[in-house]
Amino acid sequence: MQHQSIQAMGNDVRVLVVEDDVEAAAYIVKGLRESGHVVDHAADGDDGLNLAMSGQFDVLVIDRMLPKQDGLSVVSSLRDEGRTTPVLFLSALGDVEDRVSGLRAGGDDYLTKPFAFAELLARIEVLVRRASPGEAQQTKMQVGGLEMDLLSRKVMRDGQDIDLQPREFRLLEYLMKHAGQVVTRTMLLENVWEYHFDPQTNVIDVHVSRLRAKIDKNFETPLLHTVRGAGYTLRGPE
Amino acid sequence: MYLALFLASSSALLGYLYWNTAGFLTRQSEATVQAETIALVNQLDDGCRAALVLAVITKARDPRQNLYLLEDTNGEKLGGNLDAWPDVAAAEDGWISFEYGRRTVEGEVEIHEAQAVATRLPDNMRLLVGQDIEERRRLEAQITNALAWAVGAMIVLGIVGGAIISRNVVARIDDINRTAKDIMGGELSRRIPVSGAGDEIDQLAENLNDMLDQIERLMSGMRQVTDNIAHDLRSPLNRLRNRLEVTLMKPASQEEYAEALERSISEADELLGTFNALLLIARAEAGAARDGMAWVDLSALAQDAAELYEPVADEAGLTFDVDIEPALEYRGHRELLAQTIANLLDNAIKHAGGDAGGSTIRLSVKSRGMLGAEVIVADNGPGVAIDDRERVLGRFVRLEQSRNTPGSGLGLSLVSAVTRLHGGDLRLEDNRPGLRVVISLARRARRRPSDIAAE
Repeated sequence: MQHQSIQAMGNDVRVLVVEDDVEAAAYIVKGLRESGHVVDHAADGDDGLNLAMSGQFDVLVIDRMLPKQDGLSVVSSLRDEGRTTPVLFLSALGDVEDRVSGLRAGGDDYLTKPFAFAELLARIEVLVRRASPGEAQQTKMQVGGLEMDLLSRKVMRDGQDIDLQPREFRLLEYLMKHAGQVVTRTMLLENVWEYHFDPQTNVIDVHVSRLRAKIDKNFETPLLHTVRGAGYTLRGPE
Repeated sequence: MYLALFLASSSALLGYLYWNTAGFLTRQSEATVQAETIALVNQLDDGCRAALVLAVITKARDPRQNLYLLEDTNGEKLGGNLDAWPDVAAAEDGWISFEYGRRTVEGEVEIHEAQAVATRLPDNMRLLVGQDIEERRRLEAQITNALAWAVGAMIVLGIVGGAIISRNVVARIDDINRTAKDIMGGELSRRIPVSGAGDEIDQLAENLNDMLDQIERLMSGMRQVTDNIAHDLRSPLNRLRNRLEVTLMKPASQEEYAEALERSISEADELLGTFNALLLIARAEAGAARDGMAWVDLSALAQDAAELYEPVADEAGLTFDVDIEPALEYRGHRELLAQTIANLLDNAIKHAGGDAGGSTIRLSVKSRGMLGAEVIVADNGPGVAIDDRERVLGRFVRLEQSRNTPGSGLGLSLVSAVTRLHGGDLRLEDNRPGLRVVISLARRARRRPSDIAAE
């Protein structure tokens, strides 16, 4: 149920998982296959780099600590060779400093272990979409009847102006950029608020419901949906 | 090696001493003799031979005076206090060393050493001016003797003293080595003995001891953290396990299984959250997060946190007052400070009010000038009794009155750990009614440089 949006994408996403922990790897590979992805697995840095070099993957999921060659150096080598395949780091090292070093080495996203599988899926989907061609810098976005102008910073739905606070605007902007995809609470917290910790109360839910009240309340079809066990998704009527 | 160096330098010093004392005497007496000679020869130039003879005779009469002898070509004595011309050839430097008989006051004759310069004068005369150097010789001998003793004593003292000092140093280094081995062997509480002399070895020992103290403190801190984590995670893990076991015990429908699994997952998530919070506290307490310290815009940070919680407070029907002094910078850990303020706001929102209506929470950040900055979060809820104030900072402490609100009991522990990491001071005060949490961040706040320039 919670994986529907990825399955709805239709075309297969090819994922390479580089992870040395056998059980963790088995769990990730199984989960991704069941979500309809084509998955390859490498158990150490050297194999991972060789496979990744073939360029046949849409996204790489790489553990930071690997035998033979650590994840950071695998990604650095890939980037030096001009490969731009998006990389999602998995790591037990979750400090801001570790995160920064991962992103600096050429990673596109960073997920700290332990993580919820829904979180991994959502992030993979976002990375794949980001890498797909034809996504030039937009100044206008549209989902259903909802329009956002990034230059004039105006939001309208079905011709009606919607007045948003700056943070609500950023929240909606992120949701619209990833329309049709599941975005998790952690992703929102990281990208809209730039926080990397978990607030105890579900503050994100409150912000989202405020936003929902502004963009959905007076309209017939809701655009902002809650995905149970995962997060939120913004999508137009089917 | 050191002994040789010591001897060479002390020999040089003694040589200099000798040259300055004995050498000085010699040079002075030589100069006197030469001056006398010139003075006498000048007599001849001025007047005549009689004046010279008179001068020689006059000078020679004084027993303390130098030695004089004036002769004509035939070897006949014209004046002076020497009986005969010494039959010794002059040395290369023109000095004649000879011995002569000196009459003492008692009328006896002593053989004394002397040194003189001979000068050939016109009219076939020759003049000998000299000096009795017996005294000087004796003095020189005494000085040489004294110096020789000094050298001897120095060598002996140097060897003995050096041996004692090096034995002492080696013994103390042995102490340090022995202590290090004991500590490596597991006796972590051992410390290097300090002699109390306050020298370099003592300073080394004290520094090493301080280092060992610090390591031991950190280790026992870590041990306590692991003990706590083990203890605190055991019961929820047990709960989780029991739930799963009970679910398995009786047959159930698909939906019931799914529900039990989902509850277990959310329980596991809570456990992980607790675990992460504990690790974060441990890291803050161990000071490991110091690497992440940088200048942080405290005002913006607080503003962001306020903005994050404003809708939550609104939802809970609270009035949220925010009073943040702009452009305050502080050297600290951005993430941890943000989480600290978030935790405090979270607490305040949970505990505010109670009595119907008029519930307020308040966040203020203000500069204390040179003293740093102050972050205050206050609510008007039931507050915390004075007796409990220290206790609520501990891990997993939840007061009876808040049993029913969600929370792990770790929020204030993190606040306390982060405050300490930043060298700050955390106070829980009575807000009459309610709780007022004051974090005083010491000394490291500053105004943004651009603002200072603008003033």
